Amino acid sequence: MGDRTRELAEQVQEAARTRTPIAPLGTGSKGFLGNPCRARPLATTGHTGVVDYQPAELVVSVRSGTPLPELVRLLAREGQALPFDPPAFPPGGTVGGAVGAGLAGPGRPWQGAVRDHVLGLTLVDGKGSVLHFGGRVMKNVAGFDVSRLLCGSLGTLGLILEVSLRVTPLPETTCSRVFTLDAEAAQSCLARWLRRPFPVTGAAWEGGRLHLRLAGTEAAVRAAVRRLGGEQEHPAFWTALRDQTLAFFRRRDRRVLWRLSVPPNAPVRGHDLEATLLDWGGAQRWVLAAPDDPGPERLAQTLGGYAVRFRQEPPARPWQVLSGTLLWLNQQVKRSFDPAGIFNPGRLHPGC
Amino acid sequence: MPVREPTPLLARHPDLPRRLAAVAPGAKLLTRPAEWAPYACDGLTARRRRPGMVAVPADAGEVAAILRLCHALEVPVVPRGAGTGLSGGALPREDALVLSLARLDRILEIDPEARTATVEPGVRNLELGEAVAPFGLFYAPDPSSQVACTLGGNVAENAGGVHCLKYGLTVHNLLAVDLVLMNGETVRLGGGGLDGPGLDLLPVVCGSEGLLGVVTRLRVRLLPRPESVRVVLAAFDALRRAGDAVAAVLRAGILPAGLEMMDRLALRAVAAYLGPGYPECEALLLCELDGCAEEAEALAQRVARCFAEGGAVEIQVARTPEACRRLWAGRKAAFPAMGRLAPDYYVMDGTLPRHRLGEVLETIAALAREHGLAVANVFHAGDGNLHPLILYDAGVPQQREAAEALGRRILEACVAAGGTITGEHGVGVEKLDAMCIQFGRGELERFHALRRAFDGKGLLNPGKAIPTLHRCAELGGMHVQRGRLPHPELERF
Ligand SMILES: Cc1cc2nc3c(=O)[nH]c(=O)nc-3n(C[C@H](O)[C@H](O)[C@H](O)COP(=O)(O)OP(=O)(O)OC[C@H]3O[C@@H](n4cnc5c(N)ncnc54)[C@H](O)[C@@H]3O)c2cc1C
Repeated sequence: MGDRTRELAEQVQEAARTRTPIAPLGTGSKGFLGNPCRARPLATTGHTGVVDYQPAELVVSVRSGTPLPELVRLLAREGQALPFDPPAFPPGGTVGGAVGAGLAGPGRPWQGAVRDHVLGLTLVDGKGSVLHFGGRVMKNVAGFDVSRLLCGSLGTLGLILEVSLRVTPLPETTCSRVFTLDAEAAQSCLARWLRRPFPVTGAAWEGGRLHLRLAGTEAAVRAAVRRLGGEQEHPAFWTALRDQTLAFFRRRDRRVLWRLSVPPNAPVRGHDLEATLLDWGGAQRWVLAAPDDPGPERLAQTLGGYAVRFRQEPPARPWQVLSGTLLWLNQQVKRSFDPAGIFNPGRLHPGC
Repeated sequence: MPVREPTPLLARHPDLPRRLAAVAPGAKLLTRPAEWAPYACDGLTARRRRPGMVAVPADAGEVAAILRLCHALEVPVVPRGAGTGLSGGALPREDALVLSLARLDRILEIDPEARTATVEPGVRNLELGEAVAPFGLFYAPDPSSQVACTLGGNVAENAGGVHCLKYGLTVHNLLAVDLVLMNGETVRLGGGGLDGPGLDLLPVVCGSEGLLGVVTRLRVRLLPRPESVRVVLAAFDALRRAGDAVAAVLRAGILPAGLEMMDRLALRAVAAYLGPGYPECEALLLCELDGCAEEAEALAQRVARCFAEGGAVEIQVARTPEACRRLWAGRKAAFPAMGRLAPDYYVMDGTLPRHRLGEVLETIAALAREHGLAVANVFHAGDGNLHPLILYDAGVPQQREAAEALGRRILEACVAAGGTITGEHGVGVEKLDAMCIQFGRGELERFHALRRAFDGKGLLNPGKAIPTLHRCAELGGMHVQRGRLPHPELERF
């Protein structure tokens, strides 16, 4: 357990003075996200430790360099968990990285995104000042909500030093069911099921099978299984989906792995279903496509959403396209945190 | 009609009404003082001002046109929903245009399969709830003002309600907004799915009190209505015991749909208003549990056990919708009921770590005695969100000042306990000084910079939400650094 606040802030101040681009990171496990950018790594390694954890409060405050598995184990000992269930890509990952990357597991539509559970944080901004936003309480509308803005900002706004996260009780029981259904049938089943108060915490389709995760009290899960049917499945499926170790992801080869964020009931007809995995009840779609195929991006737009090139090697094309007023506003916000443009310049978009 | 001076706005821009009519022909333009009465204040009725003038555009296009014109002329703009805000966020200024969103009041789409609704900002919270109910769905944030307040106002304040403990605040239920910036440009934040491209600016806009842009359209998520509901009532003979019982429920791994507390004075007001209903006690807890029938019942029994172990002197469990409604009725009537106790009340909105509830409630009681005023407590205990109601009589000299001074002491106590000055009502004009307690110079600078990123000229709702550095400096460095007040030995005012 160590507090490197001073030292990390000084390094940012130094970088600001010399206008040296820096890349805040934990273990670098999510370095593949975003556009490549040339910047000196500034790792939070060693800036670790739980600063405050009172299980009855359902809040944990933790330094950003703390390894994620360590935090997850600590919470589990008290029967609690991080509701956003962040993915673990090798080599590991830290709490700061999980917040900065803003990625959530299969439970996202029901249990919320990373930002839904961030109550406050401490960061070093582009001038090297250490600033505190939000707090450790459930509700807080004092000042703009900077803490949530940092989620998914990929280290472009500042270096996260400490986060306060809302945690939730682990469910009494979890159960995974699988149904043999084509994509359209799966979608129409979900349209009906998800309108009812079943304790669903995962709904994914791939290769002719719909997977459903139910979690909650024994009573609720038992009642739902009785009504929905399906076959029992090992819950390891959900970890493999979250961490992208399923066969689907390993089939990628040299193709680009696209992430599409669309309305859950957007038609599946336009997809190459052999190369598509539907997660989040259809709201997050993983699509494999040839490096020069812009199809997924166009498809996402037609469906009323957007797409990012989640994994591509080499990173030849922009990971996400923004334009017009929205791009301008992103650049404005970036500048307001980091006037000298030292944090991961260009990693999200040109100028941010 | 007495002849009145033109407002500073109209004196400076006599042709503003004509130019507004040219760019927004469908907009209602209120230029006569006689028409302004409803816009003089919001729910913080102690503060009133004349608006410079009022525009009520017919659609989003007109909102953009009006903002573009005001931007060019450097006319400040105060957005306004239903005006139920409790911190003066929609308080007008004589040099500014009030922009009412009341006529953007259509529900544009309800998509039961995607479980979303797309609405204009002037739609009232309850109206949306009623529209989606036939689909077996509900919109979770349910502020007590839901009959009147608008969804645009809910976004601007990040409104919460009784069911936010389990189902989240506005920020957790908001999927996308169309935001018209002060320069008249429109951006869509969020997306068609669960997130949007670029930086996640949606949570920044949520709770931004109309300083960053005007919301002209929003998409929210809807949730399936639970099959079954139970309400557990528990009476305690000490505030601290009730506070501890709240923590015990959460510690047991139970996340109730709602968990509210009322103290003796609040109970007395409710009894005077509705007649007897609740047991007489120092503190009353109401806890709602939901799920499938079996689950709701099992949870209700576990909660009842927690309360019994925590020393409750009486416990009741409501199992039918009618019985649940009866238990909630008093809580819902608590705010209007306060009128029975005093001519005026001043609502505070501090939030605390829940394990400090009991202790801070006792501090508040002591502060109230010290200021010679009564304080009733009705609040979202499960969220740790206090609503101390300071009772006073504006007709008695100095009472309003005393109430405000007490309010400030209460907020200091909240911040010192690791909490915040506002959980859901916003800063507005009312808590500008309290912001100086909560934040230091660096954070405030960052807020101002963020605001300039959206509105370079600072014309949207100026003078609200974020105090100037100058103001905080004048107050004399009251910032409570991480729970410690500077010079705790000194008397504050
Ligand atoms: C009796 C009573 C009970 C209440 N209970 C609760 C409660 O339980 N929970 C809770 O959270 N609040 C509560 N409130 C406070 C209030 O109702 C909420 O803050 C509500 O969200 C305000 O909505 P409104 O439409 O009245 O907004 P207004 O008061 O008109 O405006 C509020 C702020 O939003 C801005 N604004 C309004 N519309 C827009 C828009 N379209 N775009 C950009 N900015 C906009 C305004 O400039 C202002 O700063 C209560 C108020 C009363 C009077």
